[in-house]
Amino acid sequence: MHIMEGYLPLMWCIIWFVISIIVVAFGLYQIKKIVDETPESKALLAVSGAFMFVLSSLKLPSVTGSCSHPCGNGLGAALFGPAVTAVLATIVLLFQAILLAHGGLTTLGANIFSMGIVGPLVGWIVYKALTKANISSTIAIFFAAFLGDLLTYVATSFQLALAFPAPNFGTALTNFLIIFAVTQIPLAVGEGILTVIIWDRLKAYKPKLLAKLNVLAPSEA
Amino acid sequence: MNRSTLILLGIVCIIIFIAPLAMYNGHGEDDGYFGGSDDQAGQAVEKTGFQPWYSSIWEPPSGEIESLIFALQAAIGAIIIGYFFGLWRGQSSKEEE
Repeated sequence: MHIMEGYLPLMWCIIWFVISIIVVAFGLYQIKKIVDETPESKALLAVSGAFMFVLSSLKLPSVTGSCSHPCGNGLGAALFGPAVTAVLATIVLLFQAILLAHGGLTTLGANIFSMGIVGPLVGWIVYKALTKANISSTIAIFFAAFLGDLLTYVATSFQLALAFPAPNFGTALTNFLIIFAVTQIPLAVGEGILTVIIWDRLKAYKPKLLAKLNVLAPSEA
Repeated sequence: MNRSTLILLGIVCIIIFIAPLAMYNGHGEDDGYFGGSDDQAGQAVEKTGFQPWYSSIWEPPSGEIESLIFALQAAIGAIIIGYFFGLWRGQSSKEEE
């Protein structure tokens, strides 16, 4: 999902930066509020960020024959919502842009938008909808992580197709979706399972904190 | 979830990530396998005639250094997760005593 340094026209860099800065600023405000209200959730924030750190460093092979990496953004999205996850994604993406030449500073806004905003937003909505319907949070987190991962790559495909609609937007989108989204499907399943395992342990160790953050299904709380 | 379900899920995960290695065994980067999707997208962008207008301020000078920093990234994350899960596990077993 990393759009490489310098690979977006300046106009699109600016558009994605503006959107991402607004969301990240709101995320910082939310983090302050969450930490003030429930100081013990600081550790959960650290774990959510660390989970993204680990998963986005793993470049895994896919059945399409190419490699890609999971995002780890579903966990943070389910726990704290998309804006906070955008802040966590910014840290990961900065690390990779500066030290690994993965992604870039000019494309940072665009990459935050896909991995920190679109993926987590979809994951969060799905997570909330499923837990509200009283489906076990362990099942809901699978779909949050699966869709958070997959939609991140779908978002990147849209961003590239918008910037490079050659020969037309539809064909470009299909091409980028084939490169990104199809490769990502098995990885997203894997990420879903890994997130379920982490979630299961979180529920076993920190049930009261999860109930306080209001992220469990009614029957679990 | 009980332990056997967790182990089963772990095994499914491992199979998902090992299957491509078995399916394309013998192939490699030279014949177009196991390349990164990010790079493929970059090539697709270049095909439209677009010239990247900015390049990374710093790049890992070799594949070795790159894998060092990737390993570092994974280690930082894993230490944090391991620390808190260990702490929480200790706390929750203390409460039960």
